[in-house]
Amino acid sequence: MFDLQWLLIAIPLASGLGLLVWGKEGDRFGHLIGTAASALSFLFGVVLFASLLGKDGEDRSQSTKLFTWIDAGSFHVDMGFTFDQLSGLFVLLITGVGTLIHVYSIGYMAHDERRRRFFAFLNIFIAAMLTLVLASDYLVLFLGWEGVGLASYLLIGFWQHKDSAAAAAKKAFVVNRVGDLGMATGIMLMFSEFGTSSIHAVNGAITSASGSVATALGLLLLLGACGKSAQVPLQSWLLDAMEGPTPVSALIHAATMVTAGVYLVVRSNGIFDASEAARMAVIVVGLVTLLAGAWIGCAKDDIKKALAGSTMSQIGYMMLAAGLGPAGYAFAIFHLITHGFFKANMFLGAGSVMHGMNDDVEMRHYGGLRTFMPITFATFGLGYLAIIGVPPFAGFWSKDKIIEAAFGENFWVGLGALLGAGVTAFYMTRLMIMTFLSEKRWREDVHPHESPKVMTWPLIGLAVLSALGGVLLVSNWITEWLEPLTGHAEHEELAVPAIVLTLIITVVVAIGVFAAVVFYRREPIAAETPADSSVSFFARAGRHELYGNELNDAIVVRPTRHLTRFLVWFDGKGVDGFVTGVADRLGDTSQFLRKPQTGYVRSYALTMFGGVAVLVLALLAVTLA
Amino acid sequence: MTAFWFLAPIMVIAALGLVFARKAVHAALCLAVVMISLAVLYAAQGAPFLFAVQIIVYTGAIMMLFLFVLMLVGVDSSDAVKETIGGQRLAAGIIGLIFGITVVLAIGQTVSGAVVGLKAANGNGNPYGLSELLFGKYVLAFEFTSALLITAALGAMVLAHKERLTVRHSQADIAARRMREYAESGRHPGPLPAPGVFARHNAVDTPALLPDGSPLENSVSDSIVGRGQVRQGFEDDIDKLVEQVGDEQPSDELFGGEK
Amino acid sequence: MNEYITLSLILFTIGSVGVLVRRNAIVVFMCIELMLNATNLAFVSFSRQNGNLDGQVAAFFVMVVAAAEVVVGLSIIVSIYRARRSASVDEASLLKS
Repeated sequence: MFDLQWLLIAIPLASGLGLLVWGKEGDRFGHLIGTAASALSFLFGVVLFASLLGKDGEDRSQSTKLFTWIDAGSFHVDMGFTFDQLSGLFVLLITGVGTLIHVYSIGYMAHDERRRRFFAFLNIFIAAMLTLVLASDYLVLFLGWEGVGLASYLLIGFWQHKDSAAAAAKKAFVVNRVGDLGMATGIMLMFSEFGTSSIHAVNGAITSASGSVATALGLLLLLGACGKSAQVPLQSWLLDAMEGPTPVSALIHAATMVTAGVYLVVRSNGIFDASEAARMAVIVVGLVTLLAGAWIGCAKDDIKKALAGSTMSQIGYMMLAAGLGPAGYAFAIFHLITHGFFKANMFLGAGSVMHGMNDDVEMRHYGGLRTFMPITFATFGLGYLAIIGVPPFAGFWSKDKIIEAAFGENFWVGLGALLGAGVTAFYMTRLMIMTFLSEKRWREDVHPHESPKVMTWPLIGLAVLSALGGVLLVSNWITEWLEPLTGHAEHEELAVPAIVLTLIITVVVAIGVFAAVVFYRREPIAAETPADSSVSFFARAGRHELYGNELNDAIVVRPTRHLTRFLVWFDGKGVDGFVTGVADRLGDTSQFLRKPQTGYVRSYALTMFGGVAVLVLALLAVTLA
Repeated sequence: MTAFWFLAPIMVIAALGLVFARKAVHAALCLAVVMISLAVLYAAQGAPFLFAVQIIVYTGAIMMLFLFVLMLVGVDSSDAVKETIGGQRLAAGIIGLIFGITVVLAIGQTVSGAVVGLKAANGNGNPYGLSELLFGKYVLAFEFTSALLITAALGAMVLAHKERLTVRHSQADIAARRMREYAESGRHPGPLPAPGVFARHNAVDTPALLPDGSPLENSVSDSIVGRGQVRQGFEDDIDKLVEQVGDEQPSDELFGGEK
Repeated sequence: MNEYITLSLILFTIGSVGVLVRRNAIVVFMCIELMLNATNLAFVSFSRQNGNLDGQVAAFFVMVVAAAEVVVGLSIIVSIYRARRSASVDEASLLKS
């Protein structure tokens, strides 16, 4: 049965391509086909996962080779897929959450005349992400990796008539290219070092390779992961990507795309285990992104951008966990899954709010929506409780474990993670207050209403999952499930008992919530965003995304532009000057030389006669000499 | 040797005349002089067959061809005195001088040694010796020249052939056209008036006189008018005639009755 | 013997200068004929010098070729004259840059 795992990819891919070429009559039921394809893939994934559960630990990695992709000399790449514990979880997450987002999109995109195309892109996105996680070779993974990049480009820029959307799509694509470069270079390095790019073989052979190779590979893969997962320093595309339709944001943030980086690190655990430096780099990147994302999330008034900042921050948690080695891999995946639930839930909730507010994303124009959108409020609230880590909701279990593992690694890392938890509580509470609780600050002509059932049911489903996601940790199920892949880590004894740490975390979260309540309930919230000059430095920096774009501008864009200008100048004056100069001189010479070309036969005859005379003279000279 | 020293200056002068003569006809005459002189020199050097061929082929056929084409093409301004290419004459003269001096001094002096003479070779007669070589040693070349001549003849025919591009007019068409022109523009359908008036001027360069004594311009050929060779001065013709015939009064019969 | 060759070379030089300075195509042609005749004289002279008739045969062939050349050349002149109403070699200067 596992030989058919390629169907997981083929179904959404065929549906996506089919929908693209179908034509107008497909508009009526295209969304249904797209949703059905995703659901079918999900059902098949469930069947496969179930049969995986029934196997012994050793047999849980099921590989299949579809065909030989590249066979050039010693370079051999199989189009092969592996369904194991890790990719199984991902398949369920991608197709499960993906299907719910599909269902939601039926309602959300109901009035868009290009809905069929939207669903086609969603299907392709799912198919590419599935290729990424099922691949048994880094090159096949790269295929999915690029497919995800393409699909995200198409979806972020789906409303291409908006300049900002087109620019955001391009930005996401270009920034991802930087990461892809690292990824591609890494694959080349693998081939030159090990002669193969098979994931299994590379992670097996890395132990016998030199430490520098492992470090280089780890850093290159980390660069790739940074691009896809929007980690510092390649984070700038994520907030702009909010220009896409909200279901796309949900899909990118919850089920696909940004999780790819975490998946890559966990999947390449052999490489990162072999290099302390690479692991450290992952931790640093994760920690920095965690705090930067939280900071940005505190300052944004755009509901989607605030959520995007929170995604950055949560992915930072996952990266941090993944950088902790065998102690953290399982928790990274665990947090990834729970985050997939609650972030999809909240993004779709935000979409539902926007749906009711005439597509306004400004939180300062919301307020008091609790009574007008009870289902959205309830589901969003569950996601809120989950993300800030209130027991017993899903986020509590996963984040708690990560912070605990971080303290096990290093006190300061743990402290940073702990601080991140508090800030998360602050900005999510702020978001809740501004959107659902505080007084009305609506624009005119706004009549908030609950979304249709086709949108609320996925919300309810995701809310339930957000609430109950923690069950995966029951008796350490997920740790043991992934242990054959990630390796076993001895539980490190902390200075304080785990239960005390949990209490501390809960207290920090409570402080964050309390601070937000004090901050935003004390006085009415302004209906307009205060000017930059009237807010503190922290808010200003957060609003400007910590000046990441300005930094990119200063470090990359402007020097490149200057270089381009110089090159253009050099090309114009230097290269062209030389080339055209040569041509001009040639032309001048020709102008000079054409003068003897009178066209008169007698001139030519004279030349010839002169030549004969010279010849005779020369002969004479030779003879005499 | 007498023949040589007699003919050589003539030939050089004639050759120079060929280069300097204004009119093409004069140049052709100069060339004819050179060719005939050459023929004599051939005869003097034991080549009687070539003497004959030179006279017949060159002076006879080729010169005639030249003159014929000259008449066909006509005299035009193509040989005006003014040189169109700057410095061409000077350069040609200098280079020619250098070349001439060089070859005369160099090659002209290389031939030395006893002159064998053609006594032995012409033992059976010059034409016999030549034909022996032509049909023996050089028979292939001879055959090729025949092919060359045929090709040349064909080429000349092709080049001289003129494709008729317009409809051929029959005599009836021409007559009809003339009558139509007469009806439309009044152009006279008959032949142009003949030139000349009286016996002493019955020549093509004298226009016919109208009854009032004025000359009729179109009675003289255009080409004569173009050359400016039309004879003028009819005023005294009657007097001259009277002078010729004397005081004798012209009879009534002569002038057809009344005077 | 040398005087015949010298005469031949003088005639040849005069002919070539004539080719260069005359513009009437027919006269140019005549000058070429003069050059050919000059070489014929040299041939005949060499024939006598060496005591065999091969030189005379060569002169004979030159005459044949000259005849063919004149025929074709003159017809070319005639057709050029027909097309351009001029027998000047300077008129046909389409190769002018």
